[in-house]
Amino acid sequence: MSRIRDNYENSRAAKFEAWLRGDYDPMSEGMEISVPKTDGSDDEIDPRAGLVISDALYDRHTNKALKRSGYVYRVLSVVLCLVMISVLLWMVQFLPKFGQPDNPANNEVSARYIEKGVEETGAVNFVTGMILDYRAFDTFGESCVLFIATICVQILLRIDKDDMTPATFRRRKESETDRLLEPKNDIILQRVSVVLVPFLFIFGIYIILNGHLSPGGGFSGGAVIGAGLILYLCSFGYKQTERFFTIRTFRIVSLVALITYCLAKSYSFYTGANHLESHIPLGTPGNILSSGLILVLNICVGSVVACTMYAFYTLFRKGDF
Amino acid sequence: MKTFETFLLLGLIICAFSVTFTKRMLTAIVIYMSYSLIMSVIWVILQSPDLAITEAAVGAGVTSILFFVTLKKINGVKENSDNEQDQG
Repeated sequence: MSRIRDNYENSRAAKFEAWLRGDYDPMSEGMEISVPKTDGSDDEIDPRAGLVISDALYDRHTNKALKRSGYVYRVLSVVLCLVMISVLLWMVQFLPKFGQPDNPANNEVSARYIEKGVEETGAVNFVTGMILDYRAFDTFGESCVLFIATICVQILLRIDKDDMTPATFRRRKESETDRLLEPKNDIILQRVSVVLVPFLFIFGIYIILNGHLSPGGGFSGGAVIGAGLILYLCSFGYKQTERFFTIRTFRIVSLVALITYCLAKSYSFYTGANHLESHIPLGTPGNILSSGLILVLNICVGSVVACTMYAFYTLFRKGDF
Repeated sequence: MKTFETFLLLGLIICAFSVTFTKRMLTAIVIYMSYSLIMSVIWVILQSPDLAITEAAVGAGVTSILFFVTLKKINGVKENSDNEQDQG
C-alpha cells in the first residue's frame, strides 16, 4: 500500500486531478513538439524570431545522413513517378477508342437524355438540363461542398474582432501591414477595372440567366462574377466594397440560395418519387422564362459561387470581411 | 485544325514540364495560369464551352490569385532576386 502512496504523483488519479485543474495536458506527453506557454507579454515578438535552425543541419557535406537519405528519396521518387506513369499509360490502351458507336458510354441513358431531354426538362442546353434536372442532387452536393469549404477557410483564417489573445493580435497586425504595403490608388488598375468590371458582371449575369439556353450555367457565371468582385476589390480597396458586400451579405445570400435550392429540388424529388404532377410549367424551350426550376437553381448556384470566390479572397488577404 | 490542336497539346506538355523545373514560385504560378488558359482553348475545341468558361474563370483567374496571395503571405515573392543571384 505504501508504494502506491509514494507513487501518487505519477498515478492516473493524480494526473486526472491535475488535468482537471488545468496544469497537465495528456496530449502533450507523447509528442515531440510541445506548445510553448505564452503569457501575454510577447505581443511585439515575431513568432519566427526564436526559431533558429543551424545551417549545418541542411548542409549536405556535413550532415552525412541527410546526404544519404536525399539520394534514396530522389531515386525512390523518380522510380515511383515512372511506375505511376507506366501503369497509367498501360491502362490507357485498354480504353475503347474515341468516338466509336459501340462504346460503353453510348448506352440507353445518354440516348434518353438526347432524345427526350428537351421535352422533359425544357432546357435547350442539354448539359444544364442534365446537371440541374436529372442530376440536380449532385449539384446540390457541390454547392454544399463550396459552402463547407468557405466555412473551413473561415475557421482557419478568420480573425475575431473581439479576441484579444496575443496570437490573434499579431495576426491582425500582420494582415494590416499586408494591406498597407499594397499599391493603393494604382491609376492603371483603376481605369482598367472601371471599364472591365461592369462588363464582367453583365457577362456573368448573362451566363447565369442563359444557362439553360446557351453554354454556361450557375457555376461558370458565378465564377465570372466572383472574379469581377475580386478585381474591383484589388483596385479600389476594402472600404469601397464593404459598402455593398459584407459578411452579412455573404451569410444572407448563401443561406437564401442554398435553402431555395434545397426546397425547390426537394419538391421535385417528392413529386417525382410519388408519381405526382409537379405543376411547374416547362414553358416553350428557347425562351428565357422556360425549363421550370432550372433558371431558379442556376441563379442560386451562381450567387453561392460568386460569394464563395469573393469570401475566399478576402479571407486569404485579411482574415475578415 | 489538327496542327493547332497538336500545337496546344505540345504547349500543355511543355507547361507541365517547365512547372516542375522552375526555381521561382512566382514563375511557376504564371506557368500554371498559362496551362489553364491553353486547357480552356482545348475545351472549346473538344466542344464543351461550359468547361472552357469555368476553366478560364476559376483555373486561370481565381485559383492563381489565391496562389499569389498565399505566396505573398508566406513571403515567397522576392523583389530583387536578380541582385541576390549576382551576389551568390
